[in-house]
Amino acid sequence: MTRHVIAPVDELPPGTRKFLDIDGRPIAIFNIKGEFFGLLNRCPHQGAALCEGPLIGLAQSSNPGEIEYTKLGEIIRCPWHGWEFDIRTGQSYCDPKRFRARAYPVNVEPGSAVVKGPYVAETIAVSVESDYVVVDL
Amino acid sequence: MNVQFRAEPSASVSLKTAIADCDIHPARATKDELYPFLAKRWHSHLETYGIQAYHGMMEGPPYPKAQPNASRRDAWPPEGGPQGSSLSFMQKQLLDPYNVALGVLNPLATGQGLRNQDFAGALCAAINDWQIEKWTSKDKRLKASIVVANEDGIAGAAEIRKRAGDPNFVQVLLLSRNVEPLGQRRYWPIYEAAQEIGLPVGVHAFGFGGNPLTPSGWPSFYIEEMVGHAQCQQTALASLVLEGVFERYPKLKMVMIEAGFGWAPSLAWRLDKTFEKLHSEVPHLKRKPSEYIRDHIWWTTQPMEDPERRDHLFQTIEWIGWDKLLFATDYPHWDFDEPSRVLPAGVSDANREAFYLGNAKKLYGIA
Repeated sequence: MTRHVIAPVDELPPGTRKFLDIDGRPIAIFNIKGEFFGLLNRCPHQGAALCEGPLIGLAQSSNPGEIEYTKLGEIIRCPWHGWEFDIRTGQSYCDPKRFRARAYPVNVEPGSAVVKGPYVAETIAVSVESDYVVVDL
Repeated sequence: MNVQFRAEPSASVSLKTAIADCDIHPARATKDELYPFLAKRWHSHLETYGIQAYHGMMEGPPYPKAQPNASRRDAWPPEGGPQGSSLSFMQKQLLDPYNVALGVLNPLATGQGLRNQDFAGALCAAINDWQIEKWTSKDKRLKASIVVANEDGIAGAAEIRKRAGDPNFVQVLLLSRNVEPLGQRRYWPIYEAAQEIGLPVGVHAFGFGGNPLTPSGWPSFYIEEMVGHAQCQQTALASLVLEGVFERYPKLKMVMIEAGFGWAPSLAWRLDKTFEKLHSEVPHLKRKPSEYIRDHIWWTTQPMEDPERRDHLFQTIEWIGWDKLLFATDYPHWDFDEPSRVLPAGVSDANREAFYLGNAKKLYGIA
């Protein structure tokens, strides 16, 4: 497993996402309310660029007529067929048993640790003073 | 929302084997894109009165569409305009990566099914000219469908005959939801003209005939419209068979577009069984309903049936015939079928080739 340095934390504020190719794999890194998550940018259903869809919430209903809208900004909706996945886990809400989006662990590391290694900087020059978003792949 | 999109459109695969895509929806980038093909009298009419279909006084379709313009969210052209309005982006996102050798254009939002028949005819003729100018003359892989003012069968037939022999066109296009079921006599001149010039007639889901989607009224949800297309198509097909359209026009070929095909066997079985008892009501039919369906009807695949067991899919296709299916993506719409993912494993090479390309080339007369 290689740890890849993605961006300084302040370049990825909450609600934003960043797309990149790591070792030939299309990856998107999301900042959801200050927490970072990584997903393979490919829908397990028919292969669309999953992470380019809108961030939505989850509409759930315990009884007909009662609708709860939760997890606002934590669900990614595929740009093709609207399949919904939980960004935190990659879980599908359409067919959870058969389909799961590939999720990657993302962390924030201080510049001093990043400089020490064993990291690969994908997009940026690293400086010791900053914190960096790092994905394990 | 701050979203950093990738600069390049992503195509998940690059197909080596050529395919046909029998349902592509080209769009106008702007309203006045049609004006060069439309008499001045109709520019003024369009701006003053707008476009009035047979449904109530409302803008847009009666059901929401899940995503803007019912389209893939990655299909907005970089130069602006709605999804499906840019040839260069369509080439980059669909035709090139998926190795589309034949793409059949089915424009929606045309002049079909408008209340003002003269305006309907003028708009349809303009759309047909626009398809040549903007699409088929610019990319030889693309072929157009002739759209006609279908509620005026005589005018529709004239537009079809006007295009006879023009290699830009491979099909006449109708919609499934009309003022009357599609087998009725008002539509016969269209079938006569199509048979005469040797083009199949496609029946695409949608249309605004002024009637509710279902026989018992207006349902609440878009999902009901999505599955309701199959019901509308069944009504159209039963009408075509029972009114004797295929008896009257024995060389007519028709394509059921975007309404599934899994329901075909059961509709045919029911028709056959009922026909045994009631054939005296329809003595103009010389054969069983199922025989007309199997001989005269082709089916586009999108939305491709996806049963839990693939042998159920294969049994359905065997009833229909592997020679009658035409692959379609429905680009740029949001229920797009990705070519490499729709057909399960276990299909012979010959059937696979027919499914993806051969049937379409044969039906549409493409060498």
